[in-house]
Amino acid sequence: MQPAFSIIVFTALSGLGYGLAAILGLGLLDPSAIATKVAHVATLVFIGAGLISSTLHLGNPQRAWRALSQWRSSWLSREGVMALVTFPPLLWSAWGTVVEDRYLPLPALLGVLGAAITVYCTGMIYASLKSVQAWHTPLTPACFLLLALAGGSILGALAGAAGGGNTLVLTLCALAATLAAWTAKTAWRRRMLAMPSLSTPETATGLGTIGRVRLFERPHMTENYLTREMGFKIARKHAAKLARLSFMAGAALTVAFLLLAMAAVAGAPSAAAVLLGLATASHLVGIFVERWLFFAEARHAVMNYYGA
Amino acid sequence: MTSLPTERSGKKLGLVIDLDVCVGCHACVVSCKEWNTGGYGSALSDQNPYGPDVSGAFLNRIHTFEVVPQGGEVIGEADEARIVHFPKSCLHCDDAPCVAVCPTGASYKRGEDGIVLVEEDKCIGCGLCAWACPYGAREMDLAAGVMKKCTLCVDRIYNETLQEVDRVPSCVRTCPANARHFGDLADPSSAVSVMVAERGGIDLMPEQGTRPVNKYLPPRPRKPLAASAGALLAENTTGATGFFAWLDGMLDRI
Repeated sequence: MQPAFSIIVFTALSGLGYGLAAILGLGLLDPSAIATKVAHVATLVFIGAGLISSTLHLGNPQRAWRALSQWRSSWLSREGVMALVTFPPLLWSAWGTVVEDRYLPLPALLGVLGAAITVYCTGMIYASLKSVQAWHTPLTPACFLLLALAGGSILGALAGAAGGGNTLVLTLCALAATLAAWTAKTAWRRRMLAMPSLSTPETATGLGTIGRVRLFERPHMTENYLTREMGFKIARKHAAKLARLSFMAGAALTVAFLLLAMAAVAGAPSAAAVLLGLATASHLVGIFVERWLFFAEARHAVMNYYGA
Repeated sequence: MTSLPTERSGKKLGLVIDLDVCVGCHACVVSCKEWNTGGYGSALSDQNPYGPDVSGAFLNRIHTFEVVPQGGEVIGEADEARIVHFPKSCLHCDDAPCVAVCPTGASYKRGEDGIVLVEEDKCIGCGLCAWACPYGAREMDLAAGVMKKCTLCVDRIYNETLQEVDRVPSCVRTCPANARHFGDLADPSSAVSVMVAERGGIDLMPEQGTRPVNKYLPPRPRKPLAASAGALLAENTTGATGFFAWLDGMLDRI
């Protein structure tokens, strides 16, 4: 599948924003600290930027409001509705912290719930597509949720180290979420690599009863919408290397920085903050490569008609 | 509403495509493009139409496949090995996955005849329906930013200003080899249903669970090349009778 830049930015940024919103919503940070206030604003910026980015790939973005209408059947519509529904409690909660130095449990917890459901909907948009077999598994929303929580809790720990709260507890949360997320992601990738293809050129053409089917001639000599959108193959030969890179950065390096930060937190709190900054950076590298691969590696059933 | 219709009439309009007959001339591709550029919805745009990287939206495309049976290597030398021209357009699935994913309600399946359509004024061009379709039946019109798909020529088949013979999809009307047929596949006595029953019509990718309405008739069993070789290469005249025996004798004598 074509890894559209706007979608990668959207899923990565909004995941980060909703993850941080969940940590803030649980009241783990001191509402009177500057770092907590900044974190609240960052949450809204990440989510807002992500949502704006998601409309950039639309053919007719001026009609985007219509996407709120089909929540009964469409996961994309549900995601849009949930993103809007979640925004007021997040804004209210941010107002309480930024302006009134208070943690407001009601909007905060509603925000946590909304954030979780929104990210789940994002994952289900992909998981609901049977035509893209790699995505069609409950592990997809699980990865989206856990990676969002990992990113959010790393940022939460960073805010904690910057004066917002108990760095040790927050870093421990980040460590647990990061380990869980990359365990799920590893399971996701193992499944993708091991699964036999649901559809083949033989089932796609129905000619399997005669013999082995091979594309002889494409409908057109040049590329078309389908081959560009569904037949993305650029750099697929580097997929294994990129998967290792995303795992090294997102999991191994991030965990190492988190452990070092936990060791440093008592003696050298400023060093812990720097290490958590590094953990954030390596998580971001990991998540962007992971998201790119999520699209670039996924094969679409239609390519059985295009000889790939 | 993008849910699939809950109330359906007994009608399932669709196409039956005969893979034994299609010669791969692409006439249906051209007539489809022509009709749908002037008809229902926005024009089917092309990008860079006179440049080296021409591309555009098509609702019907012909792929060509090579089918090689077990043990076969070269086309025509072993048993059933053959080239099959393969027209592909929307299959108007009973369980159309493209419909339920639409966030705006632009994509819908009609209860009265089962045709899957896009209401272009509602389409935001997110492309999710094209992702959901395993057959590649939907293509984005890059000029209009809306999704295009086969309408089963809904603006022809009910159009009483056309002569009755023309009230079929453009591709069916055009096909010079009579490889494409249009009708009600829910009615077991319709010509298309009879054809499907007699020839063992098949669904494409049944494992995707889409329950397509359109059916494909598989190529008929073919005589291997070697079986015809004897007749074609006959050189002796033993066993000739009648006029040919007389001619044989005369030619020997000259």
